[in-house]
Amino acid sequence: MRRSITLAAAVGMTMALAACGGGGDATDDETTAAPAAEETTEAGTEAAGDGGTLTVWVDETRQAAVETAAAAFEEETGTAVETVLKNFEDIRADFNAQVPTGEGPDITVGAHDWLGELTANGVVAPIELGDKAAEFETVAVEAFTQDGQVYGLPYAVENIGLIRNTALAPEAPATWDDAIAAGEAAGTEYPILIQMGEEGDPYTMYPMQTSFGAPVFVQNEDGSYSPELALGGEAGNAFATWLAEQGAAGNLDTAVTYDIAVEAFANGQSPFIIGGPWMIASFEGLDLAVDPIPSAGGEPAQPFAGVQGFYVNAQSENAILANDFLVNYMATEDAQLALYEAGDRPPALTAAADTAAADPVTDGFRTVGADAVPMPSIPEMGSVWAFWGVTEAGIVNGSLEPVAAWEKMVSDIQGALDAAA
Amino acid sequence: MSVQPAAGSTTRRRRVRPRPSESHANTFSGGFVAKLIVMAAVNALGVYVILAAWAEESYGILAVMVALLVAANVVYFSRRMLPMKYLLPGLAFLLVYQVFVIGYTGWVAFTNYGDGHNSTKADAVEALLVQNERRVEGSAAYPLVVLGDGDELAFGIVNANGDVRVGRAETPLETVEDATVADGAVTEVPGYDTLSRQDILARQAEITALRVPVSDDPEDGSIRTTDARNGYVYISTLAYDEAAGTMTDTQTGTVYEPDDNGQFVSADGQTLPVGWRVNVGFENFATAFGDARYSTPFLKVLVWTIAFAFLSVATTFFLGLFLAMVFNDERVKGRKIYRTLLILPYAFPGFLSALLWSGLLNRRFGFVNQVLLGGAEIPWLTDEWLAKLSVLGVNLWLGFPYMFLIATGALQSIPKDVMEAATIDGAGRVRTWWSVTMPLLMVSTAPLLISSFAFNFNNFNLIYMLTGGGPRMEDASVPIGHTDILISMVYSISGLDGTAAKNYGLASALSIVIFIIVATISVISFRKTRSLEEIN
Repeated sequence: MRRSITLAAAVGMTMALAACGGGGDATDDETTAAPAAEETTEAGTEAAGDGGTLTVWVDETRQAAVETAAAAFEEETGTAVETVLKNFEDIRADFNAQVPTGEGPDITVGAHDWLGELTANGVVAPIELGDKAAEFETVAVEAFTQDGQVYGLPYAVENIGLIRNTALAPEAPATWDDAIAAGEAAGTEYPILIQMGEEGDPYTMYPMQTSFGAPVFVQNEDGSYSPELALGGEAGNAFATWLAEQGAAGNLDTAVTYDIAVEAFANGQSPFIIGGPWMIASFEGLDLAVDPIPSAGGEPAQPFAGVQGFYVNAQSENAILANDFLVNYMATEDAQLALYEAGDRPPALTAAADTAAADPVTDGFRTVGADAVPMPSIPEMGSVWAFWGVTEAGIVNGSLEPVAAWEKMVSDIQGALDAAA
Repeated sequence: MSVQPAAGSTTRRRRVRPRPSESHANTFSGGFVAKLIVMAAVNALGVYVILAAWAEESYGILAVMVALLVAANVVYFSRRMLPMKYLLPGLAFLLVYQVFVIGYTGWVAFTNYGDGHNSTKADAVEALLVQNERRVEGSAAYPLVVLGDGDELAFGIVNANGDVRVGRAETPLETVEDATVADGAVTEVPGYDTLSRQDILARQAEITALRVPVSDDPEDGSIRTTDARNGYVYISTLAYDEAAGTMTDTQTGTVYEPDDNGQFVSADGQTLPVGWRVNVGFENFATAFGDARYSTPFLKVLVWTIAFAFLSVATTFFLGLFLAMVFNDERVKGRKIYRTLLILPYAFPGFLSALLWSGLLNRRFGFVNQVLLGGAEIPWLTDEWLAKLSVLGVNLWLGFPYMFLIATGALQSIPKDVMEAATIDGAGRVRTWWSVTMPLLMVSTAPLLISSFAFNFNNFNLIYMLTGGGPRMEDASVPIGHTDILISMVYSISGLDGTAAKNYGLASALSIVIFIIVATISVISFRKTRSLEEIN
């Protein structure tokens, strides 16, 4: 009997240890990810000799598009472009962890708001777009710019807008109150749909917040952000009060998640939904228009613009190939249109965006995007989300007193920023 | 033991003391050949890993692998190390999957590894230099070719006037008269080889590192290329002094010295953005307990974690035991079907079930509220106490089949004669259960209950998928929720979930604290269970 208990003790301890080991995610990631990365480099050296090999991390939606663009490059230069399929959510952490170890891809797909973290960790190299920079939408290049250096090749600009079911609401509403009135007149279950969830969704709520004049950080003259919080004060409190009112009136509801909102809109249960191009595929059969988001607080309702692009590994041994591929092949109209087909976001290259704008929905998002502000890419932005959404949700469902909760949130975020500094 | 029959005694003696040379693995028999083949495969794999580690310059892995391989060969080809022959594979895996992971976690706990301190000092210096090398504003793009002169590289560009200018790292650009130009780009320069694409790819690092000065004046900047097709003029605003280990801003003259925290700091306290990993001693542990933002909720989370782990084990065990006893009774018809059905929750992956339950318990649209409770909007997952109840309830649903299995096995292994003896001694049902069945049951299940406690103590999947730790503690100034257990708290406050700057050092330090707590509780519990053994 004694032996079986010691054995069980060993099993118990092992489980505890294994669970603890899991806590230090870094170690886990490195041990599991290393063999995979080893394989890719292995394959790379075998194929090298003619035109070399480039390894590109992509996610599912972009894989086919990148491979299409790569085909032209492969044909002309003899370089093999290997795409490695990764979960989009894992890319940022894996890239940060693997680049310093010499693993990691030569190029990875990513979003512009990772930039602050990636540069602070020194894992991305600047890209010289040269005269090509002028061929892109201004906001796209600005988003990937930090201290005058461009760190990524943008390929798509995405932002949310007001998607309108024209059968239920023939006119675009000018203000929030108009939208509610039109929604009520349509006699549908929801006057307007905004996804929230119990944790809140500050990204989707942001245009309403900016319409009260409370952007998250102070924006410098050149469009970049300073790490000074701007979401508090009178304007922020006014927004918080408005949230509470809308929650009480039932116009905003934390039980409405992304899935519920999309399904309700697709079923014709509301004339309006605030959302992005990624929703459009779910609304087949509806006659849609995309309009600017109605202002709730009087000032223009500016959504965040997110720019998707490609980053180059700072430790890449194929830096020339990587830059050549991005600047001279991925920055072409064909490649950008292929990525547009795959992801439905308006392309970042102006010529490609003009072509894509033949589709009225894409054109609508592009028009809204003209007034959008780039999502801050400063590292401080990472400390904001956790407090922001939950506070909004708490105010909307009535469990928090709006002004006090908003002020506490601002001071908590400031505390997190001070602790990180 | 029965008496040994006389006829078998001679054969038995031979089996007890075989001469070592008769071992299957040491004669040239089938067994030896099989051993040779397996060892050849092991050696081949080991040598491959050693060579790969050598090529990757991972000398730590290389050393460990050499040691393991030598040990394997010594153990399996020696005649003396019989116990080690059985232990070695297990020990090797223990070393790789446990000792290494724990050691690495321990090491990280004493560093400031995290965002902004992600790599080595050399990498940080390189990143800072690259980030602070700016293209001269308004300067032109030059079509460029890479030229070679023996081992040395040179750039050939065509300027706005159509002149061909060639330069090397040490010699600034100068105009070359008799070069060939086609389509606005240099194709040939006398005295130099034009590098083919293959050559360029083979020397990528050299080419991207090459800076060709525009003139003798460093203020004019230098030409560099990133794609070997276009050249631009750059000026560096930071310079690294290798001897002193300091960074200098070439425009303001500010000198940045490396500090203890792995960052370049100027005299007036300005820091450069990219830092590197350094050893910070016990700082992470001090933060975990000393920072009021963490230490206040820490106690609450600790209490809930212990309560959660304890209640999870208790509820699942008693439900499992109850069902096991019910279905252990031979009078129940169709026991096999019921038993199979009861195992179902155990057969689903836990994280998937938790995710499904989080949907079922949605306040407005969940199945439980909408269908079972007729549209009552009960905040199962968003009220502090209901959320805790839901977590325990879902864990009960997930966990009781395991306990049911264990209890069924244990019940069936209790000899019938003990029960009969108890009945003969005049014990009633309750008395038999309490004084005979239960203690015998506990002997075999107690260790599993303790390991189950340790498992639930770190049951990250359930918390993360079901409530995400929520609802948030409104009085806490860090993102921690009422159902957060220690491991999910570590995940969120160390930024691993993406809501804050990542701090692997802090996460590792907290993991070690959790490990110490779990280990202490387990050791104490195991000591207590020894008293149970006296029953046997």
